[in-house]
Amino acid sequence: MTDQTSTPPILEIDNLTVDLPDGNDRRHAVDGVSISVGPREIVCLVGESGSGKSVTAFSVMGLLPKGQLTPSGGAIRLMGENVLEASDERLRELRGARMSMIFQEPMTALNPTMTCGDQIEEVLTTHTSLDQAAREAKILDILEQVQLPDPPRMAASYPHQLSGGQRQRIMIAMALVLEPVLLIADEPTTALDVTTQEQILKLIKDIQRTHETAVLFITHDFGVVAEIADRVAVMQWGKVVEEGPAEAVLKRPHEPYTKMLIGAVPSFTPHGRAREAKAPVVLATDALCKTYGGGGFFQKARAVNAAQDVSIEVRRGETLGIVGESGSGKSTVARCIARLIDPTSGHIYLHNDDIAQASQTRLRALRRRVQIIFQDPYRSLNPRRTVGASIVEGPMNYGMGAKEAYERARSLMSLVRLDPGALDRFPHQFSGGQRQRICIARALAMEPDLLIADEAVSALDVSVQAQVLELLDDIRRRLDLAMLFITHDLRVAAQVCDTVAVMHRGRVVEYGEAAEVFGNPQHDYTRALFAAAPGRGFDFGSAAALAAG
Amino acid sequence: MFGFIIQRLLATIPVLGMVAVFVFLMLRLTPGDPAAVLAGDNGSPEQVAEIRESLGLNEPLVVQLGIWIGNILQGDFGQSYFFKKDVAELILLRVEPTLALATTTLIFTIMVAVPIGVIAAYKHGTWIDRAVMAFSVAGFSIPVFVLGYILIYLFAMQIDLFPVQGYKSITDGFWPFLHRLILPSITLSVIYIALIARITRASVLEVLGEDYIRTAYAKGLTPNAVLLKHALRNAAVPIVTVIGIGIALLIGGVVVTESVYNIPGLGRLTVDAVLGRDYPTIQAIIMVFSFVYVMINLLVDLTYSLLDPRIRY
Amino acid sequence: MTEGTENLVDSAASADAASRRATVWEQLVRNPSVMFGAIVLGLMVLMALCAPLLDTMDPSSIDPAWRNKNPGVEHLKTFSDGTEREWTYRMGTDTLGRDTYSRVIYGARVSLAVGIVVAVLSLAIGLVIGLVSGYIRWLDTIVMRVMDGLMAIPGILLAIALVSLADAGLVTVILAITIPEIPRVVRLVRSIVLSIREEPYVEAAISVGTRVPLILIRHVLPNTIAPLIVQGTYICASAILVEAILSFLGVGIPPETPTWGNIMAEGRLLFRVYPHNIMFPGIFLAITVLAVNMLGDGLRDTLDPRMRKRL
Repeated sequence: MTDQTSTPPILEIDNLTVDLPDGNDRRHAVDGVSISVGPREIVCLVGESGSGKSVTAFSVMGLLPKGQLTPSGGAIRLMGENVLEASDERLRELRGARMSMIFQEPMTALNPTMTCGDQIEEVLTTHTSLDQAAREAKILDILEQVQLPDPPRMAASYPHQLSGGQRQRIMIAMALVLEPVLLIADEPTTALDVTTQEQILKLIKDIQRTHETAVLFITHDFGVVAEIADRVAVMQWGKVVEEGPAEAVLKRPHEPYTKMLIGAVPSFTPHGRAREAKAPVVLATDALCKTYGGGGFFQKARAVNAAQDVSIEVRRGETLGIVGESGSGKSTVARCIARLIDPTSGHIYLHNDDIAQASQTRLRALRRRVQIIFQDPYRSLNPRRTVGASIVEGPMNYGMGAKEAYERARSLMSLVRLDPGALDRFPHQFSGGQRQRICIARALAMEPDLLIADEAVSALDVSVQAQVLELLDDIRRRLDLAMLFITHDLRVAAQVCDTVAVMHRGRVVEYGEAAEVFGNPQHDYTRALFAAAPGRGFDFGSAAALAAG
Repeated sequence: MFGFIIQRLLATIPVLGMVAVFVFLMLRLTPGDPAAVLAGDNGSPEQVAEIRESLGLNEPLVVQLGIWIGNILQGDFGQSYFFKKDVAELILLRVEPTLALATTTLIFTIMVAVPIGVIAAYKHGTWIDRAVMAFSVAGFSIPVFVLGYILIYLFAMQIDLFPVQGYKSITDGFWPFLHRLILPSITLSVIYIALIARITRASVLEVLGEDYIRTAYAKGLTPNAVLLKHALRNAAVPIVTVIGIGIALLIGGVVVTESVYNIPGLGRLTVDAVLGRDYPTIQAIIMVFSFVYVMINLLVDLTYSLLDPRIRY
Repeated sequence: MTEGTENLVDSAASADAASRRATVWEQLVRNPSVMFGAIVLGLMVLMALCAPLLDTMDPSSIDPAWRNKNPGVEHLKTFSDGTEREWTYRMGTDTLGRDTYSRVIYGARVSLAVGIVVAVLSLAIGLVIGLVSGYIRWLDTIVMRVMDGLMAIPGILLAIALVSLADAGLVTVILAITIPEIPRVVRLVRSIVLSIREEPYVEAAISVGTRVPLILIRHVLPNTIAPLIVQGTYICASAILVEAILSFLGVGIPPETPTWGNIMAEGRLLFRVYPHNIMFPGIFLAITVLAVNMLGDGLRDTLDPRMRKRL
């Protein structure tokens, strides 16, 4: 950390206010925000969705959508120059040269029709008068610095030929090629797998140190904050509610909102609750395989083994977590078990019935025993039907009368802690967390034996996530349900699971008691995965308890 | 790439086969005996029977279909009832004017439609955008022949800038040839320009909302550079696709335009054939136009890989 | 830069902003395209229905003494029922001495009927085929091959060829225009079915045991309504144009029936001297089609904003 009194800050946001268009619930997206970033400093701007953190970042770059969001007050000074008052031409000179930005989605932030080298070169031709050879040398040099293998080949590649992590490195190279004084990173690792995230965070830190860049880092993830921040500013509803050195804010938060946020981050330590030893097995799979593709007449036959030899079991009252990175096959397994897709081979035993190859007719009778909750709360409910109609659909499919079904729906709404009188409302009248509760109610209306949660809390803000997790756990206990919990988030898995299966490239590489797997991982991949989790040295749950106590 | 061309060429076979079946069944659904028509009013029953035999009309329907397709593949479309001529010959004579009209129209359309579409997208929400959109809706709404007559009335009758009607082959000199094509081409291109300008605007507008456009602005590029270097290239695939699909519109327009301007092309032949119930000619024209349409769209498919590096065969 | 950062506004705005969004009806009323289209179209329909009340005469009554008169000519006319009164040829007469004004007014009936019937027919047939083939795999392959074949024949050409098969008449013309439109509707419906069946809420319906027909009706069908209404207006506009083209080329509805296309076909020969027989029906035709197209554009923007991308 730097001494703020002696060196002037690189970026100084002073009492910034950004107006929302008319007709929104609040007038300002950003309301009187003041933040400064000193030389060689990484400042994290943390907040939940809608807190105004991204709007603040885009204001600095002058990239706010015209006519929709307008800065109406305050100043943003980059090396003393107010960018809010800069002409369009001056702003263009600054962008890419003095200040740069990297974005959340490396998949979409690069132009798919230009090679990576050309896209970096464009920065050089726009801002410098270097000749061809000098430009090429500079491109190869920066690609080297972001630790991409074989820079000439990378420069000649199109974005779709690279992995997500590699694309984000290209973005970083493009942002830093002219050594800007300020780098703005808008959730740059959110879309990446945890192991890639670790590498990118490390790269940003390293390169920031060598180039002495000031970094404004936007994130929602306190793990990332613990990993990278020098200072932290916490935002809520367009205002900065707490600001200070990272260590102090994370360990000794003052404001209730900060305390709540940090307290909501799941702990890494498995809960280790006592379990009934010999509860009956509800679900067991035996050598379950799912293979995609393989053999058009003209295409090269390339089969993808999405899941291979997956054998797991879940007992009544128990939660099995399947953890893994994207493409590990964890969702494929969940969807096979729910028979939304047909497994290629193997067995799925529900109690003693093998449903792996069951016909549609037989399946229908068995469907109600397995229910699934999906990731995206905005697409899981038919927007044209009332939530009541969505909840009673299942029971009425199996012959329940409307009156009785609605009666059940009302009691389920209370169970998921929503107003039973809200059954005649439509999904858009509920928030994401509330919709996820409705989806849980819809699943429970079938009185299932097994509940599958497929990344069911991944799209939710951390405070909402904590509530939904608690609700799921409570329901599992009260109804003595077997639960299959699919997640990429190790913290979430540690908090809710009794047993854990770690998947990698379609296979289960480690499978055991949660306490065992988390405490003493055996497989190399599991260890690498755990080591990469951001903020692993930082026990949030107990820090919050400490702060509260 | 070569494998892909072969694959796509093979994929057009079932489509064209389907067209052939439709066209064949259409002829068989018509009332009347083709042999009787060919024999003419004074044909004796013996002559009719002879013609029936020679045309294979006594064979089962499937065999007839086979014979007919086999003949087409050899370039034999049969005899025209109306012109009493070889249909293939008839069509070849009429190809040049239609080809000339279609080509000039296509060139003119692309030269006008793509730039105005791009400008409309870039000036989204301004009066320029609204003007282009208004033109586009109007272009869709005004019937080709009404437009043709309005243009004749204004530019050929009132100010005598162009000949009223007619066609001159390019062998009669380039200027007479072009001079007579200008009004028909403008007439024909208006609806096509409306279509292409609209899709250009829509796809450029969509691309302008992409993340990489934001990245380009974040690099400090000027709006012009963003528009031309990043947006247009990425918007090209849907534009080219609609140019291909729009050929159907063009073919329909050719029929009308040639009638209005008295151009002796395939369009005029179509109308004459329909009025004369000249089924072999109708069949042949549909087969030829459909073949051209399918082949142009195949070409369009192949250009995708030039426009978008993600599409590789 | 204008749209890309839109999600910033979304995320900054609250969840219940959606509930305060104006109802669809209010949006439609406020949309100038919709209002213009609806009003002009409404007037045209009214005109067609009330044709006898609009100071018209029998559109097929021939008067050899008053052939090829320019608009505005007046004379004392003896009507078929024996009455005699001063009559103004507002839009002139044609080569048979028929009153162009009356023919244009009555002509609206055919144009509008063809447009509406073709739109309804092709939507209904296309919807059924599209829904079924989107959900039944083996049928899908066959249906789509047939549709590909139909779509490979340029639409107007196919319509022209089809009218030549049967006796010219309203039904033939309607069918000939409908058939080439069907594959486009099928493709639209099928693409909606294919994308909706991937939606988590449809998967949720499957896992609570909802049967396929019910899924189609309850979850898929409602999503097709808005795009189909929009598509229907475009089909209506194009059908009106195609009918006029067929009549104009002389292959459509028999020339005795007054349709805009027939009046213009009739006026072709003497166009250089008497342009009014092409201009008046041409203007009515263009304004009607323009109104339907603008109605379609306005409906698309309000009912189905995602479709902006398609065209």
